[in-house]
Amino acid sequence: MSAIADLIERAGAAASGAAPLLTVRGLRAQYGSTQVLHGLDFDVAARGITTILGANGAGKTTTLRAVCNMVRTEGQITLAGERIDGLATENVVRRGVAHVPDGRGTFLNLSVEENLRLGAYTRRDRDAVAPDYERVYGYFPRLKERCKQQAGTLSGGEQQMLAVSRALMLRPRLLLLDEPSFGLAPKIVQHLFEIFRVINAQDGIGMLLVEQNASMALKLAQHAYLLETGRVVMSGPAEAIRNDESVRRSYLGY
Amino acid sequence: METTAAPLTMPAAPAGVDAARRRRHLIGVAILLVAACVLPFLVGNYRVFQLTLVLAYSIALLGLNMLTGYNGQISLGHGAFYAIGAYTAAILMDKFGMPYWMTIPIAGAVCLIAGFLFGLPALRLEGLYLALATFALGVAMPQILKHKSLEQWTGGVQGIVIVKPEAPEGLGLSQDQWLYFFTLAWVVLMFFIGWNLLRGRIGRAMVAIRDQPVAAQAMGVNTSLYKSLTFGVSALYTGVAGALGSIAIQFVAPDSFTIFLSITLVVGVVVGGLASISGAIYGALFIQFVPNVADQLSKAAPWAIYGVFLLAFMYLMPTGVAGFIRILRARLKR
Amino acid sequence: MDQLIHQILSGLATGGIYASVALALVMIYQATHLVNFAQGELAMFATYLAWALIQAGVPYWGAFAITVVSAFVGGVLIERIIIRPVENAPILAVVIVFIALLVIFNSLAGWIFSYTIKPFPSPFPAEPLFGNSYVSSHELGSMAITLVVLLMLFVFFRYTPLGLAMRAAAQNPESSRLVGIRVGWMLALGWGLAAAIGAIAGMMVAPTVFLEPNMMGGILLYAFAGALLGGIDSPGGAVLGGFIVGVLENVVGAYVGTELKLTVALIVIVGVLVVRPSGLFGKVHVTRV
Repeated sequence: MSAIADLIERAGAAASGAAPLLTVRGLRAQYGSTQVLHGLDFDVAARGITTILGANGAGKTTTLRAVCNMVRTEGQITLAGERIDGLATENVVRRGVAHVPDGRGTFLNLSVEENLRLGAYTRRDRDAVAPDYERVYGYFPRLKERCKQQAGTLSGGEQQMLAVSRALMLRPRLLLLDEPSFGLAPKIVQHLFEIFRVINAQDGIGMLLVEQNASMALKLAQHAYLLETGRVVMSGPAEAIRNDESVRRSYLGY
Repeated sequence: METTAAPLTMPAAPAGVDAARRRRHLIGVAILLVAACVLPFLVGNYRVFQLTLVLAYSIALLGLNMLTGYNGQISLGHGAFYAIGAYTAAILMDKFGMPYWMTIPIAGAVCLIAGFLFGLPALRLEGLYLALATFALGVAMPQILKHKSLEQWTGGVQGIVIVKPEAPEGLGLSQDQWLYFFTLAWVVLMFFIGWNLLRGRIGRAMVAIRDQPVAAQAMGVNTSLYKSLTFGVSALYTGVAGALGSIAIQFVAPDSFTIFLSITLVVGVVVGGLASISGAIYGALFIQFVPNVADQLSKAAPWAIYGVFLLAFMYLMPTGVAGFIRILRARLKR
Repeated sequence: MDQLIHQILSGLATGGIYASVALALVMIYQATHLVNFAQGELAMFATYLAWALIQAGVPYWGAFAITVVSAFVGGVLIERIIIRPVENAPILAVVIVFIALLVIFNSLAGWIFSYTIKPFPSPFPAEPLFGNSYVSSHELGSMAITLVVLLMLFVFFRYTPLGLAMRAAAQNPESSRLVGIRVGWMLALGWGLAAAIGAIAGMMVAPTVFLEPNMMGGILLYAFAGALLGGIDSPGGAVLGGFIVGVLENVVGAYVGTELKLTVALIVIVGVLVVRPSGLFGKVHVTRV
C-alpha cells in the first residue's frame, strides 16, 4: 500500500477519535531463504479486535511471529506510536504485547499456578498482580481447580485457557492470538470467544486474532484482513465481509 | 528433544538424479588416492609414520561417526575398542606368532562382538546417561588392562612390544612406507564398505532412528537391533584402527589408551564433521597434527593453545570441516 | 562391622564433596540443559584464586567470599563470551567447547601456579567433634555447607520469581521470551551460580586432597555419576546421588582394592541406570507419542 492509503487510514482513525494501537506497514518475513510475507499492511484499532483470516500456509502464524520479531522481519511496526520492529522478542513483550502462540506454548513441566506467575514476571505493579489471579480464575474456574497440577497433564481446552490466562497476567495492551480455537470442542471455543469479548469490552485490550474458524472470528472482530500466500487480498469491516456471500464462498469456504 | 547431529542429511542421492555429480565425486576420490600413494615418497620416514597414524585414526573416526553422527548415540569410550583391537593384534602376534596381516580382521571381529554386547544393555540409556556409561568403559579399560589377573596376556603395566613388519622383497619400500600402504589399503576397504552401508537401507534406518526414533519404530524398523548393530560395527572399525595403529607404533601399553584417547576421538569426529565420511579424514589430520602445532607454539601451556584451537574451530565451523566445505560449496554455486 | 561403619562414614564425607560438585552440574543442567564438563576445572581455578588471596594475607572467610563472588562473575562472563557464540550450534559442538574450556583452565592453572602440590587451609577446627574417631570436623563442616547450599538453592528455585524464570528459560526458551524473560541472561545467571557452587566445592575439597591442577578430575567423574544416579534434573537427587557414590567408592575400595574401585563403582552406577534410566529421583519423562 502507498503513502496515500496510509494517510487515508490515519485520517479515518483520527476521525474515529483515536490513533490505532498497532500499525504495520510493509511487513516482510522469511524463514531461512524462503520469503513468506511479501509486504503486509494492517492495523489494529485502539481497543479494537482485528482478525486475520486465510487458508493454511497463507502466512497467518508468521504474521504474528513477525510482530514479535520471532522470525527475520523487515518493515515498520508501530505500537501506540512507538516503533517496535527490530526489538528482541522479550522487549516487544515488555512493551505490552502478549502472544498466545499456536501450540499454546505452555510450560508443560510447571504447574498451572507457576505458568500464571510467569505471565506476571515482568510486571512492576506488584499490588495489582494478586487480584489479577482472581480475575483470571473467574474467567476460567477450571484452572483454579487445577492450579497445583502440572500443566502438561491438562486437556487441550484447559491448556488453551491457561495460555490465554498467562497472556492476560501480563496486563497487555495488545493480545496476539494464534488460532485459539484449534482442536477445541465447539462449546469451549464459544466460552473462549465470549471471554475475549468480555476482556476487550471491560479492559480495552486490543486484539489481533488469527483464525481458521472464520465465522467465529468475524462475529467477534470489528475489522478483518484476508491473507493469501503472504499478501493481503482483501480488508474491510468484519460485518461486511461476513455478509458478503461471494467472499465467504471463495475465500472462507462457507 | 535434543539431537546430536548437524542439520545435514546423508550423502545419498536418489538414483538417477546426479550421475554427473557422482562422476565428479569419483574423480575427486581417485585424485585423492593418487595423491595418497605418491605422498610417502615425497616426505621422510617419520612423516610417513605420522601419516600412517592419520590413516588408522580415520578408520576409527569413521566408525565413531557411524555411531554418533549417523545414529545419534554418543560414545565417550571408544578408546576402549581401539585398545581391544590393539591388544588383540599384539597378543596374537606376540603370544601366538600370527603374521601381522592376519591379526587385523580378527581384531575387527573381536571388537564387533564386544561392541554389540556392550550395545545391548546400553540401549536403554539415552544421551547423557549413555555418555556416562561409555565414559565408564573408557575409564575402566586401562585399569582392566593393568590388572594382575590378565598380566600374563597383556604384559601388565609394561605392555607388549611388537616387531615391526618387514616390507616384502623386491618392492624397494622402507618398512614405514610399506606399513603406510598396508594401512592405506585397509582405509580404502573400510571406507568403501562404510560408504555402501551408509547410503543404503541400513544407513537410512540409522538416520531415521537418530532423527525420529518413534516414527522409525512405527514404520517397522527394529530400533533395538539396529542400535546394537551400529554399536558393534562402529566398534569393529575402531578395533581395526587400533590394530593398525599398534602395529605402526610397535607397542601397546595400558596408559596409551586412557580416557583421553576416547575424548580425542570425539573431538576428531566433531571437528571433522558429523554424519560425513570425508570428515573422518579431516578429523584424523586434526587430532594427529594440531597437538604438535600447539606444542610448538607454547612450551609452557600447549594444551591451552590446543583448547583455543578447539574454540576457534567450533566458532568458525560448528558443523566441522566437512560441513564448512559443504556450506562453502553451496555459497560458491550461487 | 566397625570397619564397615568407618567406611560408610568416611564415604559420606567424600560423598559430601561429590554432592556439592554434582549440585553445580545439575545447576547448569537446569539452566541450560547441558552438562558442563569443565565444571571441575573452573572450580579448581577458583580455589587457586582463594589460595592466592590467602597467601596475600586475606583472612579465610574474606577470601572465601571474594572467591565465590568472583567465580559467579566469571561464570556469567564465560557464558556470555565463550558459550553464547555456539548457542545454536549442534550439541556436540558445545560439548567440544566445554572440553576446550576444561583443557584451557587446567593448562593455565598449571602454568600460572605450577604443578607442585599445595596445602589449602580448612576453616574448621582440627580436633574432631566430640573426639569421635569416624569423621573429622572438616568433613562434617563440608557436609553441612553442602546441605546449606542445597537448601538455599531449593528455596531459590521453588519460591523466588527469578528462580522460576530460570527454570522456565531452560525448559522452554521460546515461551519464556513470550513472557518477557531475557533468556540469554538467565543462562548466564545459571552459569554464574554453578561456578559459585563449584568454587565452594573446590575450597571444601582442597584441604583433603591438596591443591593441584588435576585435583578435580576424579571428583568430577564421581560427581557426574552421582548426579545421573540421583537424576540429572533433581538437585536433591544429585546431592543424594553424590553421597551414595561416595559411600559406594569407599566400600568397594575397601573390599575390592583401590586399583579397580573406580571401575567397579562406575559399573554399579551404570547398572542402576540401566534398570532405571532416569536416575533414582529424576522425573520420568513420559513423552506422548
